[in-house]
Amino acid sequence: MTDTPQQPALRLQGIVKTFPGVRALDGVDFEVMPGEVHALLGENGAGKSTLMKVLAGMYQPDEGQIMIAERPVRMTTPIEAKAQGVVLIHQELSLVPEMSAAENIYLGELPLKSLGRVDWTTLFDRSNAILKRLNCKFRGEVTVANLSIANQQMVEIARALTVDARVVVFDEPTASLTDSEKVVLFDIINDLKARGVGIVYISHRMDEIFTLSDRITVLRDGAYRGTLTTADTNEDEVTRLMIGRSLDLSRDVNPPKLGDTVLEVRGLSCAPLFENVSFAVRAGEVLGFYGLVGAGRTEIAETLFGLRSPDSGEILVDGAPVQISSPQSAISLGISLVPENRKEQGLVLQMSCRDNITLPQVQDLTSGPFVSSGAEMEIYEQYREKLEIKSPSWRQTVGVLSGGNQQKIVIGKWLSMKPRVLIVDEPTRGIDVGSKSEIHNLLRELAAQGYAVIVISSEMPEVLRVSDRIVAMYHGRIMREFSADDVTEDSLVQAISGIRAENAA
Amino acid sequence: MTRLKAGGPAIAKQGILVAFIVFMIAFSLMSDRFLSLDNFMSVFRQAAIIGVMALGVTIVVIGGNLDLSVGSMLSFATVLVVDLHDKIGPELAIPVMVLATLCLGAINGFLIGILRLNSLIVTLGMLSAIQGLVLIYSGGQNVDIADQSGTWFAIFGRGAMFGIATPIIIFGTMALVFHIIMTTMPFGRKVYAVGGNPTASVFSGIPRSRVVFTTYLISALCVAVAAMILGSRVMGSQNNVGQGYELQVLAAVILGGTSLLGGAGSILKTVLGVLMLAFIQNGLILMGQPYYTQWLVTWVVIIVAVWLDVAAKRGRLFSPIA
Amino acid sequence: MSNPTDFNPVRWLMRNPIWGFVLIVFIFFSLVSDHFFDYRNFQNILVQTSTIGLIALGMTLVMINGNIDLSVGAILALAAAFAVDVQSWAMFATWGNWQILPAVCLALLVGIVLGALNGFIVWKTGVDAFIVTLGAMLGIRGLVFVYTGEQSFYAMNFAYSDFSALSVGPLPVLAIIFLLCTLAVHWVLSRTAHGRNTYAVGGNREAAVNAGIRVGPHMMVNFMIIGFLAALSGVLLSTQMGAATPNLGRDYELWVITAVVLGGTKLTGGKGDIIGTFGGVLAIGILRNGMNLMQVPAFYVYVILGSILIAVLFLDKRFNRTADGGLRL
Repeated sequence: MTDTPQQPALRLQGIVKTFPGVRALDGVDFEVMPGEVHALLGENGAGKSTLMKVLAGMYQPDEGQIMIAERPVRMTTPIEAKAQGVVLIHQELSLVPEMSAAENIYLGELPLKSLGRVDWTTLFDRSNAILKRLNCKFRGEVTVANLSIANQQMVEIARALTVDARVVVFDEPTASLTDSEKVVLFDIINDLKARGVGIVYISHRMDEIFTLSDRITVLRDGAYRGTLTTADTNEDEVTRLMIGRSLDLSRDVNPPKLGDTVLEVRGLSCAPLFENVSFAVRAGEVLGFYGLVGAGRTEIAETLFGLRSPDSGEILVDGAPVQISSPQSAISLGISLVPENRKEQGLVLQMSCRDNITLPQVQDLTSGPFVSSGAEMEIYEQYREKLEIKSPSWRQTVGVLSGGNQQKIVIGKWLSMKPRVLIVDEPTRGIDVGSKSEIHNLLRELAAQGYAVIVISSEMPEVLRVSDRIVAMYHGRIMREFSADDVTEDSLVQAISGIRAENAA
Repeated sequence: MTRLKAGGPAIAKQGILVAFIVFMIAFSLMSDRFLSLDNFMSVFRQAAIIGVMALGVTIVVIGGNLDLSVGSMLSFATVLVVDLHDKIGPELAIPVMVLATLCLGAINGFLIGILRLNSLIVTLGMLSAIQGLVLIYSGGQNVDIADQSGTWFAIFGRGAMFGIATPIIIFGTMALVFHIIMTTMPFGRKVYAVGGNPTASVFSGIPRSRVVFTTYLISALCVAVAAMILGSRVMGSQNNVGQGYELQVLAAVILGGTSLLGGAGSILKTVLGVLMLAFIQNGLILMGQPYYTQWLVTWVVIIVAVWLDVAAKRGRLFSPIA
Repeated sequence: MSNPTDFNPVRWLMRNPIWGFVLIVFIFFSLVSDHFFDYRNFQNILVQTSTIGLIALGMTLVMINGNIDLSVGAILALAAAFAVDVQSWAMFATWGNWQILPAVCLALLVGIVLGALNGFIVWKTGVDAFIVTLGAMLGIRGLVFVYTGEQSFYAMNFAYSDFSALSVGPLPVLAIIFLLCTLAVHWVLSRTAHGRNTYAVGGNREAAVNAGIRVGPHMMVNFMIIGFLAALSGVLLSTQMGAATPNLGRDYELWVITAVVLGGTKLTGGKGDIIGTFGGVLAIGILRNGMNLMQVPAFYVYVILGSILIAVLFLDKRFNRTADGGLRL
């Protein structure tokens, strides 16, 4: 493919982008030919989204070059990128809900008549023509807020077609689509391809990538790991590139000293998020929950932490059934949750490190009516040391710390409550590689100290590395439970894609 | 680098103090009557009513909400306590008024804390509803106390202890107590947490609803105290006496650097904001300027103060939006 | 934009519940009061609501943008003071009735300039509009008191105060001006690029920026529009009174916001329209007028309005609770 005489529609060379504390892109090369679907693959945090934002003019690269038709260009805004023919279909929809689909399609460039009047006839004619080309069943007059997510995505795609696009970037486009909607989307992509448009397709769903793409480029930890021709490769090779054998998958081999079952869940349901979920976790072990985003894992954790009411089912702590109606009651039962979204759910960003750690127990850390500064300092120092939190001072507001240190503060917050069960949702999201393994070791260590640990993760190597047992979830159901010894990547991938293995429970 | 980052906003946060000192020096130079104990005492006494209310509103705002109903509530409480004074005597009038005002605060707290309705609109609605209540109660008449010299009720607005006017003592004591609550007690910590990040607070087991509810009770309590000072000073009340107070109080709170986004602010800085507004008023009058010139100056001071604060946080003076 | 052929009154009322309320109070007062259902009374209602109504039109734009303007009452007072004062300036002494023209133009200009100032500060400093206009509210009111010397101005030219009594055909001039402005703002909001972008800026600011809409100048224009409408409202109010008092328009910002929120405009921006706002304004107008006719003391109107405002918020929350996804926060 690379030696075709055509020149690439778009080429990126040696792109470097750093954020405070993170090197998000480290010399990435990438190109897409006209009429090619080039898949961009990588785990969460591998740099896909950053690369895309560079492509769309939303970020400026620190180093490297962007070339369109082999001419170097500078794109400082999405509008400039669009003018160059590079259009991004966002993962998070960037539509205005109270406007019509047509107005959204031509947002910022509404066709006008005199006096600044919108030329509705032209607007609707043009947008309906585009929507028709996309086989959409709704018309441009409809208000976007009334459209389904899939149809809203169609509006996004239609927006890309208003210009003579050379390159269209799809960012995880199928995340919220049903199977039949996916078929429509793939038709559109193939249609674009036939017109000679270069397609960048970002996803972590292997099946889609192998159906659609011509080539696959893999990113890992912000670096370029290679480009493969889809026809000449297989899932195994791609996975290997994506996960990287360099990553230490070994765990400490000493068998865990298992204690009693601390937390047991029987037939827990909360329609439509998850149904009939049963599992148990013992002191001294790490139970991994693996599945795609939206498989219901986070919602189970929230239920266990008293943030959702289940429809039916039982939760038992130390064998006794319990009602968990609020986080307070969860905490008093010894259940702690390190939430998925650190900045929104885990931390009060403008508060100091110390105050964040002591927040759940501030009511009890008192001498007389006052918060005891001494007791607070003691706890802070203890967990700063234990978790090796790097912060210049206890006064430091947590907002400026690195992701890894922030995560340690959230973990420290809950360890200081002396919990029995520690639920950790996406422990290393947005954390750089070095700190990742630190957090992984920490989780193993905590189990060894007798905590019952539940780790929820979308990253396979992470689950494989930290868990003693793994629960695979698909569409709100537990598909299969593995022990660390008999799990393979293949069987895990099958389980979370909804393929039930023969020997599944 | 972290030092630099922490240092930037720290200087900006002291902006109000710097401005305060600049104003004090300027007024001292321009009027020789400004810098005297008598003048200061009179400024403090004048500031006490807005000051006491601003303490409560500061706590509400740190908790991430607004309270626009304090003005009407002040009318309500003052009319009630003055009217009841002659009917059932001050011993009963005061507790009845305090209780009734707390009920209004509880309604705010219920609608905003428990039902999670938007605080701006709820307290705007309460502003209107309470104003109506006052008018209905008073029949549109103004009220006053018949025996103005014989009642011990005079102590709140007109009395003095150790040569210091009671309003100053009340304001000072409350400021100190609230400062201690907000900086050293668990409740204060929870208010900052809830205002700073309500979701993370819930995820940390903080009873968010109860905390917000309590902030509105505190705000109502402050209004009740302010009403005692006002009623006692005037010995009577117009039925719309508190009209417009809500925004002047809010101006003092904002000037004190409390962020309307919640989670940041300080009682002592609010006191500084209140005093600054009072000194601006006093200084301009001493300089022979018309009374309302103070509002013009307030306009500029508020915007510049908040602008500098915002600019320090984003690291550039002007907003990046095109 | 909706197709007129498939107009469904029930669905339309579902989308604009305030008009259902308007209908109910209208029928209610028609039944219980002998004086309500009367053509002259309808004229009264329109004239009485025009003051708040005009400002509410501008507030709708500003609030759809995700901003707010608390300074409208003060702008109204300053414009009224200018309009009444300037016509008696010596330089216009020989102009006869024409002396009203420069006075009114200057008053309107004052409104536009102050609106532009608010908008410019919001744009350039990035300080929240609530704070910017709160400051302006105090400052401009101070300006009014300083300018008027805390006195009321009285219009010497009787043509000025006669203006408010004029009618064109069956409609009083003030009502006509209000209705024309309503149509004009509705047209701007629903038909022009500026109006459509208003929704984009308030509904999804990032998308608007990415689409190349210049958010800052856009917001400034809307602040100028509300400044103009507040000034116009002040001029018209002063013609009705034949005077301008320094306390004119106090608390109007609160009434206006109440009307706009009743009309379904969201404080967070991105949603609302003039049809709803007009309904909100009429609801307040009819309620005040009807209760006045029934000799209910005006006080009760405050209580009822406050309660309705909170009730609307409560119902809105009840029926649109999707944001938290069932999470108990």
